[in-house]
Amino acid sequence: MKAAVITFPGSNCDRDLATAFEQAGAEVVRVWHKDTGLPEGTDIVGIPGGFSFGDYLRCGAIAARSPIAQAVVDHAGRGGHVLGICNGFQVLVEMGLLPGALLRNANLKYICRTVGLRVETSESAFTAGYAVGAELQIPIAHHDGNYMADAETLARLEGEGRVAFRYVANPNGSMNDIAGVLSENRRVLGMMPHPERAFTPLHGSADGRAMFDGLMSAFAPA
Amino acid sequence: MKYRVFVTLKSGVLDPQGEAIRHALGSLGFEGVNSVRQGKMIELDLAETDAAKAEAAARQMCEKLLANTVIESYRVEPA
Repeated sequence: MKAAVITFPGSNCDRDLATAFEQAGAEVVRVWHKDTGLPEGTDIVGIPGGFSFGDYLRCGAIAARSPIAQAVVDHAGRGGHVLGICNGFQVLVEMGLLPGALLRNANLKYICRTVGLRVETSESAFTAGYAVGAELQIPIAHHDGNYMADAETLARLEGEGRVAFRYVANPNGSMNDIAGVLSENRRVLGMMPHPERAFTPLHGSADGRAMFDGLMSAFAPA
Repeated sequence: MKYRVFVTLKSGVLDPQGEAIRHALGSLGFEGVNSVRQGKMIELDLAETDAAKAEAAARQMCEKLLANTVIESYRVEPA
């Protein structure tokens, strides 16, 4: 599996994400936001957490219009996989690759702690390594993770089983306790919690590792 | 041509910042503030001299970047 991890000015989880992919056994190429193309043979694009462009205008808004953005949209359009974590999720909704929006947390606070996360579907390469209903311990660290979508979109997401993860105890006001959503073809995942920060027991939880191992299996040569 | 762009959350979209401002106003003794909605104002100075073209460009800027039309609405005014 070849993973391209993008770095924007202000990204701060790019190295963590690259390390998680590497430790799962992937070949990782780091890509700068001013690049206009992805490396040949990229299987998955990783959009990391952080504060791209200082969260100016709206979280993820400027990053979603940076030079590399079109290549990411094209990759997704060809059926390629994209994983956006935290700020990466915000970038994906700003790119229009995922529906809805992420608003300021309902309590207006930046929340940084480990939360319980329930796996809602195993029908994606991202979640194939988990059992439906499994409860994971994964850290969150965000100020704008309050997921919202109009009633019609929300009903569609629920009806199509595209809510990948739900908070066990809603920390930020997200509609339907949504922590992560999948695209229609289930190949783009955006999530606020950080699976790359729960990769080994030393992190306090290794519950995030199965996502990367699951992706590796999905791309394993037959 | 100069324009002012007002970007505000659509009605129905929760505005926790506006709500915090409303509470703060209440604690300062301002009574009867039923609701506060916060938004942003962006000033544009455009080289275009044709008003119709400039305003159309400003609207395109709103659609493509300045507003997230999933949650926000916008208004363009000559400044």
